[in-house]
Amino acid sequence: MFKILDAKQLASDVKWFRIRAPLVAKHRQPGQFVILRLHETGERIPLTMANADRNEGTIELIVKAIGKTTRELCKKEAGDSIADVMGPLGHPTEIMRVDHAVLVGGGVGTAVIYPLASALQAVGCFVSSITGGRTKELVVLEDELRKVSNVVYATTDDGSYGFKGTVADKLRELMADKRRPIGVVYAAGPVPMMRAVCELTRSAEIKTIVSLNPIMIDGTGMCGGCRVTVGDKTKYACVDGPEFDGHLVNFAELSDRLTTYRKQEQISLERAEHAGHQCRLNEAAKASR
Amino acid sequence: MSMTAKERMAISRQHMPEREPMERNRDFREVNLGFSVALAQLEANRCLQCKDRKCVSGCPVGIDIPGFLEKVSAGDLRGAAELLLSANALPGITGRVCPQEEQCEQVCIRGKKGEPVAVGHLERFVADWARENLDMKQLIGSPTGFRVAVVGSGPAGLTCAGELARKGHNVTVFEALHQPGGVLTYGIPEFRLPNKIIDGEVDRLRQMGVKIICNVVIGRTFTIDELLTEEGFDAMFIANGAGLPIFMNIPGENLKGVYSANEYLTRSNLMRAYDFPDFDTPIIRAERVVVIGGGNVAMDAVRTAKRLGAKEATLVYRRSRNEMPARAEEVKHAEEEGIIFKFLTNPVRYLGTEDGWIRGVECQQMELGEPDESGRRRPVPVKGSEFVIECDVAIPAIGTRANPLLTSTTPDLKTNKWGYIEVDESGATSKPGVYAGGDITRGSATVILAMGDGKKAARSIDQYLQGKTPKTAKR
Ligand SMILES: Cc1cc2nc3c(=O)[nH]c(=O)nc-3n(C[C@H](O)[C@H](O)[C@H](O)COP(=O)(O)OP(=O)(O)OC[C@H]3O[C@@H](n4cnc5c(N)ncnc54)[C@H](O)[C@@H]3O)c2cc1C
Ligand SMILES: Cc1cc2nc3c(=O)[nH]c(=O)nc-3n(C[C@H](O)[C@H](O)[C@H](O)COP(=O)(O)OP(=O)(O)OC[C@H]3O[C@@H](n4cnc5c(N)ncnc54)[C@H](O)[C@@H]3O)c2cc1C
Ligand code: SF4
Ligand code: SF4
Ligand code: FES
Repeated sequence: MFKILDAKQLASDVKWFRIRAPLVAKHRQPGQFVILRLHETGERIPLTMANADRNEGTIELIVKAIGKTTRELCKKEAGDSIADVMGPLGHPTEIMRVDHAVLVGGGVGTAVIYPLASALQAVGCFVSSITGGRTKELVVLEDELRKVSNVVYATTDDGSYGFKGTVADKLRELMADKRRPIGVVYAAGPVPMMRAVCELTRSAEIKTIVSLNPIMIDGTGMCGGCRVTVGDKTKYACVDGPEFDGHLVNFAELSDRLTTYRKQEQISLERAEHAGHQCRLNEAAKASR
Repeated sequence: MSMTAKERMAISRQHMPEREPMERNRDFREVNLGFSVALAQLEANRCLQCKDRKCVSGCPVGIDIPGFLEKVSAGDLRGAAELLLSANALPGITGRVCPQEEQCEQVCIRGKKGEPVAVGHLERFVADWARENLDMKQLIGSPTGFRVAVVGSGPAGLTCAGELARKGHNVTVFEALHQPGGVLTYGIPEFRLPNKIIDGEVDRLRQMGVKIICNVVIGRTFTIDELLTEEGFDAMFIANGAGLPIFMNIPGENLKGVYSANEYLTRSNLMRAYDFPDFDTPIIRAERVVVIGGGNVAMDAVRTAKRLGAKEATLVYRRSRNEMPARAEEVKHAEEEGIIFKFLTNPVRYLGTEDGWIRGVECQQMELGEPDESGRRRPVPVKGSEFVIECDVAIPAIGTRANPLLTSTTPDLKTNKWGYIEVDESGATSKPGVYAGGDITRGSATVILAMGDGKKAARSIDQYLQGKTPKTAKR
């Protein structure tokens, strides 16, 4: 069992965790992830490590509650445990030494790029971070990013906070600023966002690294479920990635494959919500007795 | 009272009771029900107790087959179990999954005229009796102080761990997944090999003091070198299996509904997707499923598809029935369960719908030409014979190749051109103190060969450690 030492709500549906996992913490490098399973009947899901402390033997995760498993995880608090945490998995990020590096995070993708900021600063890059969401509540980690970036831009689609527009719109602005040419872009977030970023940087020939998020099971290359097409070759994101040259990724296929279990995900979610509801009803009944 | 050979010859092969095909093909409970004591004794009586013991030479681990069969006939099940366990640590597993018809039973004298003795079924019977009735506390050697790491908890790793523990070494098994057993757990379905049998074997190892640590990926969580230096292990056995599924590289392979057999079986067996939504992992329950291949893996996938509710579960194989590498019993069971077989058929591409789901497999008719290197007649396509099998799920089960995760982080571990680890006769790799066996050295092979490798490596490791001082003692 892996114990949760700290938990903190970062936004309405985004939660930060510090978990005791000494073997994982020991070798973790930025860009690597874990696969966890909450309990005996749970599924295995991949989550990027936002941080790790090898002396303390801890890792940090930032999780957005979107479906059955992530919602269940986000209900957990300090003192609770997780059945299985396996890792570190995937290749560490290739930290490129350039004058100006731009990190683009959409929604919880910000959690994926966040650990890169300090690593890039450490090798001397000027780091601009863009973190965006549809609306104010969905912009996450802005304060945390400020501590490890030279500049941070927050964006909202509806203009309720920061720059009005998408993260790609903001990136376009930065690309137009000839005083600080961009050497590399790292992007993580929803597939349409990564795709939009890559469309922009492709014509400008700016190297763009994306962190892909296909559905995974084992994380060791054994099942092939996480396969993505990169430069017309099939790659297994768990062992060959999760980061790839964004200009070579077949995003249409990736976003389509992510819909494979839409029906089942809905069933799981409804059942879980229903059970939670029942539970509350029972508690209410008990309380009223 | 001993029987005459004539009396023995008069008994015909006993049939092991099994569940009704049309009942069993709807759930994941075991197909075979096993011999009763009376049936087992009757079957064991068929053994002629031959002097030249052909059957023993057919068994990769050299089990004293007439010896344990004699004890079964005499009703001495304890004696039979002890004899069996002295040569084979996991008889409940091999009795169920060994390709007996190509090994011990193929060379059994009684098979020359009529049917061979049902050695596999009897092995299963004795192992199951032992699990229920025998106190399995094994003789563990006095502690040597040596620590040995085992990578992977498939049949090779588990066998090696057990043998080493018996010799008094302190063994730690590292397993990447959350549950031990390797292919026995994630690949072979419950209806052939119930998980409780594997759990039983694993518990027995734990009782012998073997530590099994799950969720550790060697090559990522630790490197081999770290285990040998910082972590202070004196020797190591690598048995991480083969792993990576092969796809055919034909169009449409990444459509939704195309699974590797590994993924399909892992979802169903390891993650219990057949109990979705009580278990969280989903799997597509399709009306029409096409599985491609002719081995055990293909057979397991297509029978799983049937159990998940497929009306049409079709197996497509490019050669004919005779060339199928699957165990004979599985082919027979599959036929009884209503699996559709399409022989001499080879897929050329997957067809998709507009929204990215598979809708069919375009196939080509094949005919058998000249024999190839393996001696089997090579299938060649018949021109203009293309046709489509409509389906909602397709599962290529055409083999695996070596997983580079571990070897790529251990550059001084010598591999061959296919990425499998090279070993000498003793199981030793190019790295001192590091041994390897099972599928990672052989390519996809069998459970019993993997176990044989584990046993051999344990012997070699024990010899290697003779005369050395445990690393932890030096500290
Ligand atoms: C390498 C990697 C790193 C990741 N890092 C993080 C992280 O740091 N923080 C975080 O919150 N999430 C991260 N994810 C995504 C996370 O794994 C998914 O959100 C999770 O698996 C969803 O499970 P669920 O049961 O809650 O939702 P489900 O019910 O399974 O899915 C709900 C919705 O999410 C989509 N979805 C399903 N699986 C994924 C997936 N793997 N990625 C994106 N969308 C998915 C589905 O299409 C569906 O629309 C990462 C994914 C990968 C592959
Ligand atoms: C579906 C299926 C059906 C089969 N049916 C039969 C049958 O009926 N009869 C028969 O004889 N054979 C059968 N086989 C073949 C047989 O199962 C294998 O030959 C055998 O399991 C190989 O054993 P192994 O110990 O070498 O490896 P595996 O059983 O593959 O075990 C390897 C273990 O190592 C773990 N691992 C991998 N990498 C790492 C790492 N880096 N760090 C830590 N752990 C790691 C894996 O998770 C796995 O648990 C079948 C195979 C499959 C897939
Ligand atoms: S281990 Fe396999 S080959 Fe050996 S006796 Fe048992 S079934 Fe036959
Ligand atoms: S060859 Fe057959 S009959 Fe002879 S000893 Fe072996 S099992 Fe018995
Ligand atoms: S998750 Fe199974 S191969 Fe990547």
